[in-house]
Amino acid sequence: MSLLDDFHIKNGRKTGLSGIPTVRFDEFSRVVAESVRAGYRLVALFGMPRTDVSGVDSGPGEVLRLFAVLGHEVRGTLHILGTSLSRTSYPAITPACTQAHMFEREIAEQWGVVPEGHPWLKPVRFHMSHVPGRDAWGRSSRAEIVPGGCDFFRVKGEEVHEVAVGPVHAGIIEPGHFRFQCHGEQVLHLEIALGYQHRGVESALVGGPDKRTIHYFQTLAGDTTVGHTLAYCEAVEALADCRVPARAHALRGIALELERLANHTGDLGALAGDVGYLPTASYCGRLRGDFLNMTALLCGSRFGRGLLQPGGVAFDVDDGLVGELRRRLDLTFRDVEQATNLLWNTSSVRARFENTGHVPPDVAEALGIVGVAARACGLNRDVRHDFPSGIYRFAHIPVSTAQTGDVFGRSLVRWLEIQRSANFIREQLASLPSGPVGARCGELAPNSAVVALVEGWRGEICHVAITDDKGRFARYKVVDPSFHNWTGLAMAMRNQQISDFPLCNKSFNLSYCGFDL
Amino acid sequence: MLKAVIARFAQGYRTIRFPDADVNLPDRFRGVPLVDGAKCRAGCENCSNACPTGAISVLQNRVRIDLGRCLFCADCARECPANAISFTKEYRMAARKRADLVLETGLPVLAAALQENVRRLYGRSLRLRQVSAGGCNACEADVNVLSTIVFDLGRFGIQFVASPRHADGLLITGPVTENMKLALQKTYEAVPPPKLVIACGACAISGGPYIDHTEAHNGVGDLLPVDLYIPGCPPHPLTILDGLLRLLGRIKSHPDQQAASVRRANTSKTSLG
Repeated sequence: MSLLDDFHIKNGRKTGLSGIPTVRFDEFSRVVAESVRAGYRLVALFGMPRTDVSGVDSGPGEVLRLFAVLGHEVRGTLHILGTSLSRTSYPAITPACTQAHMFEREIAEQWGVVPEGHPWLKPVRFHMSHVPGRDAWGRSSRAEIVPGGCDFFRVKGEEVHEVAVGPVHAGIIEPGHFRFQCHGEQVLHLEIALGYQHRGVESALVGGPDKRTIHYFQTLAGDTTVGHTLAYCEAVEALADCRVPARAHALRGIALELERLANHTGDLGALAGDVGYLPTASYCGRLRGDFLNMTALLCGSRFGRGLLQPGGVAFDVDDGLVGELRRRLDLTFRDVEQATNLLWNTSSVRARFENTGHVPPDVAEALGIVGVAARACGLNRDVRHDFPSGIYRFAHIPVSTAQTGDVFGRSLVRWLEIQRSANFIREQLASLPSGPVGARCGELAPNSAVVALVEGWRGEICHVAITDDKGRFARYKVVDPSFHNWTGLAMAMRNQQISDFPLCNKSFNLSYCGFDL
Repeated sequence: MLKAVIARFAQGYRTIRFPDADVNLPDRFRGVPLVDGAKCRAGCENCSNACPTGAISVLQNRVRIDLGRCLFCADCARECPANAISFTKEYRMAARKRADLVLETGLPVLAAALQENVRRLYGRSLRLRQVSAGGCNACEADVNVLSTIVFDLGRFGIQFVASPRHADGLLITGPVTENMKLALQKTYEAVPPPKLVIACGACAISGGPYIDHTEAHNGVGDLLPVDLYIPGCPPHPLTILDGLLRLLGRIKSHPDQQAASVRRANTSKTSLG
């Protein structure tokens, strides 16, 4: 991988566009596939239309520029490379690199370019191509696009039946369509069609940043407001050469871990509810809210809206508030510990969690699963550890893993992370650096790129920002952890009972709107 | 088993005494914004220029704020050179009419109860079907939280049900994406009449941050008749609960209460960091 070894980038550091190695497509495809085989992970793969970006050598007749971001967790190195497509089709990378499968479907849908030989080339979000008149499926620009209107993998046989669920589900939950191929109760295959929440975030970001930009990130996945806003802030701070004060880094870390605490606690409660164990379900429902209310103490919003801004944070804390946060954290954590231990002490809960929704580690590895779901399979994968930025460069959080890869594993990882996040917040509150909580974040550097990675509570959030001649976003790519992980949920359902779907689904708890953008 | 019993005692009784007891919101909570017109400087439009969703209009020195578009981000207050805009801790703001969400002076006209014949049907038993149509999962989360032991929605006779055919109405979140339009309409049609529609959150009321996106529909308003608007991004759970209870006539505003709440709101302005 000499090409990769020659060119490193750092999480949250800008790089000139002209410095990104641009290679011929066959070389690009080979490097991506071979790197992944050698232990790298495909963090992002995306297209950028030809724009007024100088510094990149867009050859004559360029149709689309492709970028790949690769990361190596053990070495902690991050790499980016690009290529230029001069035709509206190219040989798909997916047959040699499974991790590219969803990315290539996305590229086809967004830019009307066909990855030839892709084993299952279907739309991802069911919208028109961003390039008028160019469609990967040859649809006319007036054709009506029906969400979920596509082929589904079908198992045939006399006793095989199909179950279709959604987009509107039986609960207060976002929309998605699930198609099960079943033999009796047993699920042979699950296919997931999303896109119902697609609201055009990436297109709207082009030309920014402007006054609405940060609000897209705060609502990109509402339960991950801090995670996505942090990735955005780190991206623009890198592009603007803005130095964030230490106190702001610490407060951002506290907010990110509070978000993790709230969601993990809520998930443990919901998992308990899905197996009919109501005590923990009731307690954790309340305790999740207590963590959200701690975030509201910081900034007025339970979801952390308005807390982060480029340059730092919008709200400082005084000694009284620090004391109140510590008091509440201790009380809430004590109750979470008790509620969670009930789960591990109840054999009927363990029996339902264990061996349900198993994902083998080699499948998780092949699909490039991230976050809790990956760590539950024993994969040592955590942005805070592998590619630390902000406060995580100074304060280390141990990576929490389990070995079983099932619902139990995903629950256990959540509990381990709750303990470690609570410790982290206690430490940070006890040793908050003094000084300001914000710095001025000026104009963005033109013709530059930055990759910003954040370990949100679901897993790795990746933002890639590329600026044009004027320092505006020519392309802003968002990869929510759910983008990698939905396929993992489908694999977890293989040979499971269909009645276990709610439990498996909750154990992943993936984002629909974060995927749909 | 013994551990479960011990835990039950340790975890305690956690249901809040809403609506009877005073609510305790964090100091930095941003509720209804108030504009002090006397401070407003002629020709200054900083607030409306700063607003990400066009919620503020300035006409001849009169500032109007549309709570249906407001994200409660306070960008306007930060940009105001005269400190004329402040966010109060007033969380009650659900309204029956879209126009009631546009504030010029003082607090919003709060939702009135359903007309008597409908209220008699739903006043003590309301079943709602929730539809997320492009919502970011924050509104959904704060609707969901109403069913926890803290708010215990069931004690008011309100319940979220799995099927639209079992529902008396829809509670809708999100700007109504193009890809959810058909599913939303089908869900609405599946609810037996008479049926209510509740638009929850800035997205469902106006499109929120997604106003004028071609991929979405600027909220529910153009597609379905709306009976209750609950502003916020997302609305606080108490804002939602207050709106639902007002709709059912379970909370009523008397003029003196409203005046008292204005006084309270004015004395507890949120300071912006």
